Amino acid sequence: MTELLLLLISTVLVNNFVLVKFLGLCPFMGVSRKLETAVGMALATTFVLTLSSVCSYMVNTWLLKPFELEYLRTISFIIVIAAVVQFTEMVVHKTSPLLYQVLGIFLPLITTNCAVLGVALLNVQQDFTFLESVVYGFGAAVGFSMVLILFAAMRERLLAADVPHAFRGSAIALVTAGLMSMAFMGFSGLVKG
Amino acid sequence: MLNAVIALGCLAGFFGIILGFAAIRFKVEGDPLVEQIDKLLPQTQCGQCGYPGCRPYATAIANNEAEINQCPPGGDTTIAELADLLDREIIPLNPENGEIKQKVLAVINEEDCIGCTLCIQACPVDAILGAAKQMHTVIEAECTGCELCLPPCPVDCIDLIPVAVTINNWKWPSPARQAAFVTEQAKKLQAGQIVEQSK
Repeated sequence: MTELLLLLISTVLVNNFVLVKFLGLCPFMGVSRKLETAVGMALATTFVLTLSSVCSYMVNTWLLKPFELEYLRTISFIIVIAAVVQFTEMVVHKTSPLLYQVLGIFLPLITTNCAVLGVALLNVQQDFTFLESVVYGFGAAVGFSMVLILFAAMRERLLAADVPHAFRGSAIALVTAGLMSMAFMGFSGLVKG
Repeated sequence: MLNAVIALGCLAGFFGIILGFAAIRFKVEGDPLVEQIDKLLPQTQCGQCGYPGCRPYATAIANNEAEINQCPPGGDTTIAELADLLDREIIPLNPENGEIKQKVLAVINEEDCIGCTLCIQACPVDAILGAAKQMHTVIEAECTGCELCLPPCPVDCIDLIPVAVTINNWKWPSPARQAAFVTEQAKKLQAGQIVEQSK
């Protein structure tokens, strides 16, 4: 139990997917302009990340390993992720048409979010058990959501700030992201190993 | 080799079946966003927005083909409500589509009416009652004051009478209008502050 908790904390804070591993930067920059959109995107990505982490674990242990098809890992994980994203898209379209319109192209683009494939592949690389891969996927998703929402809130504040002309727009956003990433380095001593 | 083909085929087939069922389970009837937008429009069906009626205009807004400021009967309230729903900026009414007028009611001068039925065909909400060579009349409760019955009338017997606000038809202003006013004030305040800072 302690190990699982440690794994969760280390994935959320210490090995944060966006700010430490630099995965999933595209939606991080793209959907962080407004807080509400960022929250929607965070929820959708959390759902996809956790579900695809579980599904890809199952595909890997029950399909790829018994038949010795490990060389097909990447392509079969992509099938899994694409299916999960498609499913999420249907659910979002049904439950919140406005969110569906606001997220627009970024919703199907979760398919190519490298954090999603990254979690699936890292699960295999680190020989996680079922429970561990669930926690790992969920932790990655929570870390991603937290950083995305924090970043969106900061960007909303930045709009009202008196930013020098040359830094306006994407430039100040990238600087902010870099500073956040440096701040997250401070967590590196939190969990050992 | 055969193993790989079968395994991947099964995997794809499995997910295909799940997605197929999900598509039926989560089927979206019509476009819910169009419904929501249509509800906010005044339903005068006057066509001043450049579309044949309120629903086509709602569809155009949902598809990002039209701006939200093309509805004169709805005025500022509708624009504010649409901006709130769609998370857009509040913009003033497009003057090309007309101007905000007081709500009017069409009244047929019954002595002059020749019973030509032309206004009945023009009315988008079926608020005019009458038959050929019989006098026509307007159902007050149904009339939206869209003015579409004026041009076809050959004897100019239709007048538009402004509806005075009385105790019976007065309504609280919509909350969106209030919100629009508050955001407007906040923006002015912010702009004022920025000006002060640069000084």
